Parts: sequence; structure tokens; C-alpha cells
Amino acid sequence: MTNIQLNRAKDKMFATWGVVSTFFGIILLAVFIIFILYDGLPRLSWQFLVSLPSRKPENAGVYTAMMGTIWILGLTLLFALPLGIAAAVYLEEYIPKGKFATILEINISNLAGVPSIIYGLLGLQLFARTMKFGGNLLAGSFTLSLLILPIIIVATREAIRAVPSSIKDASFALGATKWQTIWLQVLPSAFGGIMTGLILALSRAVGEAAPLIVVGALAYVPFAPKSPMDEYSVLPIQIFNWISRPQHGFVVNAAAAIIILLVITFTMNAIAVFLRNKHQKKTN
Amino acid sequence: MKENKKDNTESEIPYLITVQNLNAFYSDFQALKNINLNIKPFTVMAFIGPSGCGKSTLIRIFNRMNDYIDGFRIEGNVIISGEDIYSKTVHTENLRKQVGMVFQKPNPFPKSIFDNVAYGLKIQGIKDKKFIEERVEKSLKQVVLWDEVKDNLKKNAYGLSGGQQQRLCIARTLAVEPSIVLMDEPTSALDPISTAKIEDLIFELKNKYTIVIVTHNMQQAARISDQTAFFYLGEMIEVGKTQQIFTNPKQKRTENYISGHFG
Repeated sequence: MTNIQLNRAKDKMFATWGVVSTFFGIILLAVFIIFILYDGLPRLSWQFLVSLPSRKPENAGVYTAMMGTIWILGLTLLFALPLGIAAAVYLEEYIPKGKFATILEINISNLAGVPSIIYGLLGLQLFARTMKFGGNLLAGSFTLSLLILPIIIVATREAIRAVPSSIKDASFALGATKWQTIWLQVLPSAFGGIMTGLILALSRAVGEAAPLIVVGALAYVPFAPKSPMDEYSVLPIQIFNWISRPQHGFVVNAAAAIIILLVITFTMNAIAVFLRNKHQKKTN
Repeated sequence: MKENKKDNTESEIPYLITVQNLNAFYSDFQALKNINLNIKPFTVMAFIGPSGCGKSTLIRIFNRMNDYIDGFRIEGNVIISGEDIYSKTVHTENLRKQVGMVFQKPNPFPKSIFDNVAYGLKIQGIKDKKFIEERVEKSLKQVVLWDEVKDNLKKNAYGLSGGQQQRLCIARTLAVEPSIVLMDEPTSALDPISTAKIEDLIFELKNKYTIVIVTHNMQQAARISDQTAFFYLGEMIEVGKTQQIFTNPKQKRTENYISGHFG
């Protein structure tokens, strides 16, 4: 074999390996989704969406868990968004450059990698016990806010950094203050990027079970929450609970609940992609 | 505007801008060395010189845009309308209402044409709709853009051509009624026809405003300016009437630069 033939063979081998690597994850996910759809689709119905939990699998529904998830998402958004944006604006535009800034930046990036169970334990001590919230929605959404804050901060900072400095210069040159420039020019221009980061962060929060179990989300809640002070369950915990039951009917329920959870996550990701594309079109 | 309190022995007209013993630094690097310069009102002053000679640094000192650069500092005095603009009592927001700036690349806001021109008024807290509308129309007419955009004021400014965008940026600057307009290579990103329109405009504008322009285009400086200052490596080599600088420069380095031997 000549040198050229050998190199060509290597090239081919790598290309094949690349194809395998690319499709490995996608195919596994596709197989998983097909199984879930096969098990769960027949079970999906309006009845399933609006029924309360029950001991009998055929009567049980995801209503309480779904409402719990919606409440948690809404409250987490409410707490994490203003904090995250304010922190990102401070870090990008106001903080004096130096050692303090560097240390702060490294730590915030590291926080994004802390396992969620650790946030759960922090939430348990801080919100559930010290602040005496107990196992209610408030404690849960505070904990998830902590969990996704670093993600929002990092995404918002990137979005702010992507705003052309020429726009900021123009604003300053017309006599605008720093705050006016940030509020009227930087944040509107960064809106698409901030929303993308926010939605990706929220779609991570929607799938979290571990930290919520620690701060006291319940596997069985007879009624949907009506205020932030109520007890709650969320979809991932409901799924986990059903899967651990012996009756086959609950496994089918779990599959149906997984479909609902996936639809929520995929929808949120689709919105994120849509906002990003729309934003790109606007700035180009 | 305050009266110029300084005695100007060389001229009867008080200078609008006076630069005295100015040194400017980016951390350790000295970008401007002992600059002394006077600019009369209602004239066009052109700064020429090779890249890195300090002309852009100087023009950005006049509206303190260098304040945002870490490690930038100046020594000496810059007096505009009788007031030292680097004194602690001066607010940059007020200074920049008086000293507007047009940048190298057209940089409209990603907003409607109307909102672009109205921005400077809105940030001053002006809410009177009729007043804003009149000022927008007046400013767009001043830059001869009104007839081209009057039916599309709500459209995004990014839809305009490069030359139109730059005229919009000038209108945006004029809308806050400054007395000085700084232009940092305003036509370097434009085609010849758009450039000619901007040059005509500058000629018109000097009846009402004092203009300081940085340009790499020698012919442009010769065409539009009354005074020209030549900079080289942070020093101001020569300043004088444009015609004298271009036809009969006193310094060898000015002559070499203008005749294209370097730069």
C-alpha cells in the first residue's frame, strides 16, 4: 500500500467514526422516545391531564404534578430573571476590573457546574429550615432559582457582550447616562440572547427532581397548589414515583407523563431557537 | 454657553475650543505630546496624519469619549466655550449635548428612523410630542434626508443605505442642537457619491456649527476645511489655513506626508 492509499484509508476510517459518533446519541434518544411513545401515547387523554393522583393507575392523572411544574416554573422565572440580569449587567458594565472581578467571574462560572443535589441541600437548610418555609412552592422555586442563576448570568453576559460597542458609543455621544444606555440600547439589543439563555435554563429546571425532593416536594399531593405557600409535586417526581410502583398500569402512566415532560422541554427549546433566529435577523 | 473669559490676543473672535499644553496617555503610552491648538467658531478644522498619530485621540478628548478606556488620562487644559471640560464640575452628559459626534462607521440604533433622531431628545426627558416631531423633521431636512425617508419614518434604520445611515447619524447628532460637531473619518466607509453628499453637507453645516473632522483623505481635507492640523507620532507638527498647509507647508514632514512620501 502506498503512502497516499494509507492516508486515504485513515481519512475514511475517521469519517466513519465521525458518523458513528454523531448518530450514537441521536439514535439512542430516538429509540427511547419510540418506546415511550409506544407505551404512553394510548394512555394520553384529556382525562389523564386533568385527573388527580389515585391508588388505581387507570384513574390516576398528572394534574397536580403538572400544575406544580407550572407554578415552580413561573415562580423560578420571577425570582431568577431580575436577579440574573442585574448581576450580569453589573459584571459586564459596572464592576471595576481587577482581582475581585476575576475571582467573582470564575466562581460564577464554577457555580454552573455544581451538582443540583448540593443546591437542594442548601435550599433545605436556608429556605426550608432557617427561613421556615417548609416544603412549599416558595422553598422549591428559590432553590431552583439558585440552580439556574449562574446559567442565566453567563448567557446574559454573552448577550450583552455581543451588543456592538458602536451602538453604546452613539448613545453616550448623545449625552446618555450609563443607565440610559443599558436600559434603552444594550438590553433591548441583547433581548433575544437573554431569552434564549433564560429558556434553556428553565428547561433544565423543569426536569430537575433531586433538589426538589430534598427541599420537600411530595410524591403524593391530593390537590393542585393554589398559592406559593402550598405543598406541591412536579412531573419528574411524579414519574419517579410511578415507575417505582409494582403495578404495570403505573409504568404506562409514567410513560405518558414522560411524553408531557418532553413536550414541555422541546417546546421551550423550540421557542429558544425561534427567539435566537429572530434576534439574529434583526441585528444583521 | 458661557462667554470665553480668556484673552485672545491673536484674534478678535474668541476661540470656541482652546487646547493648552495637552498630554494624553493610554497607561504608559503617550498618545499626544504637548498640543496647543485654537479653533474658531463656525469653521471646519481638519486633523490629518498617518494612523496612530493621535488625531482620533484628540477629537475624542473634545467630548470625553476616552473616559471609557481603562488607563486613559490627560494633562493640560481643554477649554470649550470658556469652560475647562475636564474640571470636576463638568458633567459629561451636558458636555456631549454641546459637543456632538459622528463616527467612522454609520452606527444607527436598531430602531426606527424617527426614534433614532428623537433618541437624544428623549434621554433629556423631553416628552412634548409636537416639539420632538418638529425637531426630527428639521434635523432630517438639515441633512437632506427628509425627502427620502419622510414616508418611512417608522421603518428600521438598518434598511437605509450606508450613505443614508451616515446622514441619519448626523441628523441624530444635530437634533440635540450642539454647537460643535466632531466627525471621526465620517466618509471612510462610504462610496464616492455618498461621500460627496456628506461633504456638501459639512459645507452647509459650518454656517451654524463648528466642525472638527478627522480624515485620511487628503483631498477631502483640502476641499472642506478652513484650517488643517497635521499630526505625527503624537505631536502636532503644523497647523494653519488649509490652503497654506497644502500649497506651502512650513515643515518638511508635512510636505512629505501631503505629497504622499509616507503615511
